[in-house]
Amino acid sequence: MNAPDKLKPRTRFDTVGKPRRRVDGRAKVTGLTRFADDIVLPRMVHCKLLRSPHPHAVIESIDCSKAKTFPGVHLVLTGKDFPVSFGILPVTQDEYALANERVRYVGDPVAAVIAKDEQSADAALGLIEVKYRLLNTVASAEEALANPEPRIHDYGEQGNIHRLQAFEFGDVEEALKGSDHVFEDLFFFEGNTHLPLEQHASVAAPDGEGKLTLWSSTQVPHYIHRALSRALRIPAAHIRVIACPNGGGFGGKCDLHNHEIVVSRASMILGRPVKVCLTREEVFYMHRGRHPVLMKMRTGVTRDGKLTGMHLQTLLDGGGYGSYGVASTFYTGALQTVTYELPRYKFDACRTFTNKPPCGPKRGHGTPQPRFGQEVQLDKIAEKLGFDPAEMRLNMAAKPDSLTANWLKIGSIGLEECIRQVVDHSDWKKKRAQLPPGRGLGIACGSYLCGAGLPIYWNKMPQSGVQILADRSGQVTVFCGATEIGQGSDDMLAAFVAEVLGIDAFDVRLVTGDTGLTPVDLGSYSSRVTVMMGHAAIQAAERLREMIADAAAMELEVSPERLVMAQGRVFLAEDPSKGMTFAEAVVFAETKYGTLGTVGSYSPPRGPGRFKGAGVGPSPAYSYTAVVVEAEVDQNTGWIHVPRIWVAHDIGRAVNPVLARGQVEGSIYMGLGEALMEEQIFRRLPPKMSHALVHKFPSMLEYKSLTSLDMPEVFTYLVEDPDPNCPFGAKEVGQGPLLPVMPAVANAVYDAVGVRIDEVPITPDKVLRALERKAKGETPRVGPDHFPSVPYPTPIYVKTPWEGGDGNETKSVDRKHGVAA
Amino acid sequence: MQAMQQVHLKLKVNGEEAEVSFAPYKTLLEVLREDMFLTGTKHGCELGECGACAVLVDGQPLLACLELAVECEGRAIETVEGLATGSELHPLQAAFADLGGAQCGYCTPGILMTAKALLEKEPDPSRERIREAVSGNLCRCTGYQQIYESIEEGARRMREEA
Repeated sequence: MNAPDKLKPRTRFDTVGKPRRRVDGRAKVTGLTRFADDIVLPRMVHCKLLRSPHPHAVIESIDCSKAKTFPGVHLVLTGKDFPVSFGILPVTQDEYALANERVRYVGDPVAAVIAKDEQSADAALGLIEVKYRLLNTVASAEEALANPEPRIHDYGEQGNIHRLQAFEFGDVEEALKGSDHVFEDLFFFEGNTHLPLEQHASVAAPDGEGKLTLWSSTQVPHYIHRALSRALRIPAAHIRVIACPNGGGFGGKCDLHNHEIVVSRASMILGRPVKVCLTREEVFYMHRGRHPVLMKMRTGVTRDGKLTGMHLQTLLDGGGYGSYGVASTFYTGALQTVTYELPRYKFDACRTFTNKPPCGPKRGHGTPQPRFGQEVQLDKIAEKLGFDPAEMRLNMAAKPDSLTANWLKIGSIGLEECIRQVVDHSDWKKKRAQLPPGRGLGIACGSYLCGAGLPIYWNKMPQSGVQILADRSGQVTVFCGATEIGQGSDDMLAAFVAEVLGIDAFDVRLVTGDTGLTPVDLGSYSSRVTVMMGHAAIQAAERLREMIADAAAMELEVSPERLVMAQGRVFLAEDPSKGMTFAEAVVFAETKYGTLGTVGSYSPPRGPGRFKGAGVGPSPAYSYTAVVVEAEVDQNTGWIHVPRIWVAHDIGRAVNPVLARGQVEGSIYMGLGEALMEEQIFRRLPPKMSHALVHKFPSMLEYKSLTSLDMPEVFTYLVEDPDPNCPFGAKEVGQGPLLPVMPAVANAVYDAVGVRIDEVPITPDKVLRALERKAKGETPRVGPDHFPSVPYPTPIYVKTPWEGGDGNETKSVDRKHGVAA
Repeated sequence: MQAMQQVHLKLKVNGEEAEVSFAPYKTLLEVLREDMFLTGTKHGCELGECGACAVLVDGQPLLACLELAVECEGRAIETVEGLATGSELHPLQAAFADLGGAQCGYCTPGILMTAKALLEKEPDPSRERIREAVSGNLCRCTGYQQIYESIEEGARRMREEA
């Protein structure tokens, strides 16, 4: 373990916990924040990509001769110029910067033109002649199972199945048999996309030494650095990746993207800067968003409302490439045990390839889909058993400092307090099931990682590193690879260092997200930054603090333990008038120690699971959330209006409460969009028009998201119970609060009009259909009606911690007794 | 494609008159960003769908991606770069920075300009009026609530200053 052991218990803080203007706030309101597309360099030329109009085809020939001679064109590139495949995960190196012989979705890039301006590049794209031989297309996960040929990729499990996973923790069938009730439900979660307001942009340029610099809209400069080096066959030492502040990421800027490789190669060939900025339509094709997931959930309960076991099966529509899909597949199951006590758990997952833009990580990465299923199913269970859904959840909440059935170590849990807060504030007990027809309340909960326990490539090095320099001027400069995507990464970094050194956060200079200058931090994903970067920052700052305090103590002729560093001064605890300014103390420290610099690093503790696959799920801590949604449903139109949402989030400690609230409300906003309207869906053109599988509406106008007029009033409650494994006790807040929103809406709709929509998004047409069924006396439900046969493998069987397990796989199992032989 | 003759005209941006040459098909957004290097104005779609490029033309919020720059000659254009007075932030800017009105900051310039136009007409708008006024500006980060609060606080500070 790293920093946590060294943290001294503190009772009061100068920076942490205080609502503050974020350190980068001024730049953001003056237009000075420099996003990737804001970069303009001398001699810069512009790149446009030609994208496939076909969802699945073999490229028979590409003729670029006319494009090459078009006025203003500097360079035309095709798949031949990119012989090396790439992929963000080491196990799925299945993409090419420009398709080498096959295209797998509408929008797959096949050629690039670099010209003096975008207009010339665009015009030249139109002169490239590509001959395609069309292949049959696969439109959905079910089609992928039914059509093993043609294979979209020549790797994977079989046919068009990319990945199969199966785990069983304790004998679930036995648990279900012994249950008072078993509930079996099918759910479907439609895919949706990140829709960051900033379109992806990149600028690549050779520096004076001929080495490559890439500025890009990326959340993960370190991963891009590694992957780019491999894709371009250029030593990593000759590549510098600078993550510009992202204009929103939400997971959509975590892959190495085709255009990043293309402009990098082009800039090295041309010896001058090359810029690309995707159009909004192209951003829809880049995607890497939420996987559509079909789920089957069999859950056993006792008559007093305790879970006995769950068997979850998931079927993912992965789109045309691997992306983060292997991890996404794990995550459709891995965190299902963290919210409530679940004695036994079985989880089968299958990811398929389809001819659509690749899916990947979006806020909540793989976990919102099964969370939707479980929380809606719990609502059904509560109704059947006659429990208040909030009370039932209180009764089954996971316990602090416990292990889950799948060997995740949980630390602090504020779930019960979260439930109580939203129940009280929403007047749940007086309103649920008691509002007039058409109005209702729904509750749901969730939990999320505070950083993924393992990096995406195997190594034992720190997941976050921070370096601090201080000099005689009193200035403190902090270097860290962490990446500002709007969530407040920079502000957290400054706050932690400022708190430890007793200076103002605005007095800390930051250099972040630059692989050429900053120590490695794995990036802004999996809600890891506050915890992992925070630990590293505190360790580096405490080391610097010790040097400064030592030198100041010597000067004041006291022992360093008696000194306090606060408010820009170093002084005696018992007599604050005896002391010096921080800058004076730094002078003494530099005099005593020479040039001042410290480093800090953090690696999360290893999870207790030892079976293959145990690497997905562990985290230093888990955050918890409870949400109550109020819904008004028009029974004539099916229209759903959500006037109010109450949310309580177990954040451990809010480092900057202004930002923390913003993250919670932003999550509620995004979750409500997913619940009610956001969907990345496709349609086939008529056969005479190629039968192509095209995006239904790759535009911001047609891809519906909430405007200010759609956004309900949100009441946010931060539950602060500092987690000992987290820096100053602070857990994540950027993703967890999204998870309960979709099921809470579904449950509120049920409370309002008595119909179950077991599908996301919950749209008026589905509500109307369910109401019609209800009127006819049929089951008042809209949702999937069958689960296809999936060749799930024999599960990896692991005994639970409370049934004598040691975290390892048990090879042979005597199922009758549920114990390993 | 024949290279199009550039137009040469005067644009008045943030009270300063500048002579600019550009291809006549360019939008105000493109000319501001590419020919005048005023990159504070952002773009999220270039189709008039997201509101990120909102600027003020003669005091009215207008989507710079839908307006040809040649049509802006002689009109007063205001962008986010002109909001602050010297190094002193406009009260709206200060409120957005203080109250979480800007997360990633990408929609912020467009929303600031839209809010400024609102407050110049209505110094003390209701929450409902604010929601209507910014309904053409998409924000994917905040859930809008802290934006409303920032505008209300900015309005309060402006009224105090007046």
